[in-house]
Amino acid sequence: MSFKDRIADESTVSGVGKFAGELGELDEAVSDFRLSVHVWSEAAISRPRTVVGAGRRGVWRLAAAWALGCFLVAGSVSGGVYEHLHRQQLARIAAARVAEQQRVAAQQARQEEEDLLAKVDSDISREVPSAMEPLAQLMAEDESK
Amino acid sequence: MAAGTALEAMNRSTANEIAGEEFSAVVIKHRPQIFRFLLSSTRDPDLSETLTQECFLKAHRNWGSFRGESSAMTWLMRIAINLQKDHWRNRRLQFWRHTQTHAVNLDEASDWLPSGERSQEQQLLAKERVRQVGEAVEGLSERQRTVFLLRYVEEMELSEIARATGINEGTVKAHLSRALAKVRAELGGRR
Repeated sequence: MSFKDRIADESTVSGVGKFAGELGELDEAVSDFRLSVHVWSEAAISRPRTVVGAGRRGVWRLAAAWALGCFLVAGSVSGGVYEHLHRQQLARIAAARVAEQQRVAAQQARQEEEDLLAKVDSDISREVPSAMEPLAQLMAEDESK
Repeated sequence: MAAGTALEAMNRSTANEIAGEEFSAVVIKHRPQIFRFLLSSTRDPDLSETLTQECFLKAHRNWGSFRGESSAMTWLMRIAINLQKDHWRNRRLQFWRHTQTHAVNLDEASDWLPSGERSQEQQLLAKERVRQVGEAVEGLSERQRTVFLLRYVEEMELSEIARATGINEGTVKAHLSRALAKVRAELGGRR
């Protein structure tokens, strides 16, 4: 079966080649496509291949992979160190904060205790009469007379 | 006993030599066709060369198991199709390894059309048509493209295509029909 017959046969299955003109064009286009692929392939298969470029590309790729690897390792190590230091600093701040809170609480408790004692003292001092007061009153009356 | 072993070893080496010579002849005969199919599928000459080499390497390893049920060409084409499939599958998975593609664009591919005895205008028209067919082929599904290229570029018989692709002849016909319809639509749509 010729190439043209083959296209005609297969294109009729889908109703492609309903018109002779269309079929001719399709046949010609596909034939040209085949021809160009054949010529291109013959040229490509006989061309010299550049191995140096591939090698150089490989070296660059290796270097890039190493650089990326080093960067990742350095990044993860420095990240770990930074995280450790940051945590230590946070722990120090938290400890200082807790100590400050404890100091304030202790001071507050001491102050409350002192205030309570002062209040008790003042209350007691008001309720208990002075022992010398009657004598003082007598002396005051005598002086006025 | 020793003589028998030596004779067996000699026979084996002779058989290996014959197989080696046969395989060399197969490589010389079919390498251009395998390369051409891979080139038309991938449009990448370097990739096609690599896949062609892989194809013959694989064929060499399995040459002993080739029983001649189909022609050597069909068998090799089947290996090439599978290698191409594997390549695209791996490439999809390893997109971070190769972001750059070396595929030749369609304009460049259509430049290979020989001028023949055409006028300049006819030559330009023919190039444009080749580019349109190339675009249509690129837009086909993987299976349709394979079947189309095997039929219209490699000019293989339907039964051979069926054996090379591992699908039945009826399905091959259906794929061809759809592929041709798309090519026709591409040619008609750009007019």
